[in-house]
Amino acid sequence: MTPPPLPPHQTPRPPKKQDRPLALLNARLVDPASNRDETGGILVENGVIVAMGAQVTRANVSQDAEVQDCLGRVLAPGLIDMRVQLREPGEEHKETIETGSLAAAAGGVTSMVCLPNTDPVLDDVAGIEFIARRAREVRRVKIYCYGALTQGLEGKDLVEMGLLADSGALGFTDGLNAVRDVQVMRRALTYARSFDALVIQHPEESGLAAGGAMNNGELSTRLGIPGIPAYAEVMMIERDLHLVRASGARYHVAHVSTGAAVEAIRKAKQEGLRVTCDTAPPYFSLNENEIGDYRTFAKLSPPLRGEADRRAIAAGLADGVIDCIASDHAPHDVESKRVPFAQAEAGVIGLETLLPIVLEPYHKGAMSLLATLRCITSRPADVLGLPQGRLAKGVPADMVLLDIDRAYRIDVSKFRSKSKNSPYDGRPVQGLVLRTFVDGRTVFALEGERA
Amino acid sequence: MIGSPSAANAFFPHRHLLGIEALSAAEIERLLDLADSYANLPKDDERARKLLRGRTVMNLFFETSTRTSTSFELAAKRLGADVIAMSVGTSSIKKGETLLDTAMTLNAMKPDVMVVRHNESGAVNLLSQKVDGSVINAGDGRHEHPTQALLDALTIRRRLGKLSGLLVAICGDILHSRVARSNIHLLTKMGARVRVIAPLTLLPSNIDRMGVEVFTDMKKGLKDVDIVMMLRLQLERMQGAYVPSTREYFRFYGLDYAKLALAKPDALIMHPGPMNRGVEIDSEVADDINRSVIREQVEMGVAVRMACLDALTRNLTGNQ
Repeated sequence: MTPPPLPPHQTPRPPKKQDRPLALLNARLVDPASNRDETGGILVENGVIVAMGAQVTRANVSQDAEVQDCLGRVLAPGLIDMRVQLREPGEEHKETIETGSLAAAAGGVTSMVCLPNTDPVLDDVAGIEFIARRAREVRRVKIYCYGALTQGLEGKDLVEMGLLADSGALGFTDGLNAVRDVQVMRRALTYARSFDALVIQHPEESGLAAGGAMNNGELSTRLGIPGIPAYAEVMMIERDLHLVRASGARYHVAHVSTGAAVEAIRKAKQEGLRVTCDTAPPYFSLNENEIGDYRTFAKLSPPLRGEADRRAIAAGLADGVIDCIASDHAPHDVESKRVPFAQAEAGVIGLETLLPIVLEPYHKGAMSLLATLRCITSRPADVLGLPQGRLAKGVPADMVLLDIDRAYRIDVSKFRSKSKNSPYDGRPVQGLVLRTFVDGRTVFALEGERA
Repeated sequence: MIGSPSAANAFFPHRHLLGIEALSAAEIERLLDLADSYANLPKDDERARKLLRGRTVMNLFFETSTRTSTSFELAAKRLGADVIAMSVGTSSIKKGETLLDTAMTLNAMKPDVMVVRHNESGAVNLLSQKVDGSVINAGDGRHEHPTQALLDALTIRRRLGKLSGLLVAICGDILHSRVARSNIHLLTKMGARVRVIAPLTLLPSNIDRMGVEVFTDMKKGLKDVDIVMMLRLQLERMQGAYVPSTREYFRFYGLDYAKLALAKPDALIMHPGPMNRGVEIDSEVADDINRSVIREQVEMGVAVRMACLDALTRNLTGNQ
């Protein structure tokens, strides 16, 4: 018996009637979903792309359209960030849906999915609806959420997956907690299969991770910080893969950080299991040495690994085993980070650095522009079942206009995010967001730029 | 050379003493020479008593300690400083104040030197970034305990006349030991060869990368060593079962005469204290006046801490 199809994740809000069509002309249209990289224009009516390509020129656009010359710059689908924490409700001193939305728009992110680890936890319909309502009120970028996999993220009792999916939860995860009890995980995956719901795991063998604050190895020995062995990650993934094989469920591994995990996922995909994964920018752009003298901005969960694992993650992105890149945006206030290393909260902000760090492999020549952008546009859209993340007729006009080569230094003091815990402050990067569109509406425009 | 003001900065070009890892062999040598001269000084020496007159030394212990805090207090008093001892039990950190809030509050009282112990690795480093005076690490988590390594080195040097070329075995709970890490840094920098001996559950990963030889068999590890440095089995820090029983531990890793016989005939026995007699060290061995230098270590502790206080305050302005 085939399980019934998953109900629509979220009923699309009917776009508000726009006064004028929007014509973006003379752009370099880069669409990873269709492998297009060509010069042309895009015409948007009522928030939806109605025409695109070389034929969209000034001559073909109606008189009343708002016309913008893109000066040959890259116009790509808006980024889809499949893993953020917005801290609302419960920790509004760290971030809110409003400040997180500003940060997202400035970073070229037009859709993001927040984790359920708020206070209260998003484990009931009311919680999911709260996020949707706040997103409507703020009305900047599209905000989705995952439901908790177990009630209160406690790893015991399942949430009402069917009801939560109906009210818009795009998947189910216990956030930063791995589901420790294998029987609970088995039931969660099996039940999720009934609705074909996506289950997302934080891959860390809990017993091995307990008490650890950084990657286990020479550096943790020198610093005297309890370490988490790298194999804790692949152990959890391999455990879960048996359950995925038995249940047929859709399983997504969040923020993989080790080469061993990439290999396990590669084999599972070759076997035909419904497995996908993502990583976050720190895992291919930084290694554990970033911690230096107890730098808490380099404390993450999973922890930054050694150089060999960093290279393996970069290679996994290049060969496509790693499907997506998510910012893993984790805002923390100063008080959560300015404490002894082991006591500090894990995580870094990432919404406003996602694009330039993701572009690093492209600028270094390790990946094509289409391949890098695919990890933050069409692939996460496919995993999440969202229509956006591509440039095509009939698709919501969520787009980002980029100066792909522009070089600058990351300046955290200018970030819109309420928290400033970024490990990238001062890093020289390339790739600047000039303008961000959601349903054809400009939600961010860089000051002082003509385009 | 005691208190010679012309030696400022060049003598010890660090504002804080946070660990041995950042020190050069020459700096360690100078600290040991200075400590040696303090060790030879009568305890009521008047010249010494003027050195830190008007200076305030604040002992800030977030973790309980008897010998280290007392030793620092005595060292500071012998140099004529005003000493304030704060322990966690009486401070407001228990009322939810953060480490840095406490540090800032105390810093406002303008201590010249803060002597800090904390149960988290890196905490003293963090605190040192926020205060105006000098900071001495009196032990942070399992990271470093620099004055212990210095006093161990001074004890060895006074007995054997050198550090270079010696073979030193550090035995026991290396994993949780800041004393072991500081000693490994110091001894390898000074040209000694270091072995670590422990069951593998008490050895941190990649410890060999710190320049030591690893032994799990104490009988092999003790062969021909000049120094046997025992570590306390830190029962209070054990989160899980690292060793099955103290009985088994003593049988394989406790220092008794049978195992000691494998070391050099005149090998010295050291222990940073406090000892668990019958767990990591046999009582008779610990009290053997011909072999054990444990009491001497405590004595050298005061001299080493006087040297550290002297060296650091030479870099401070005012009160000269």
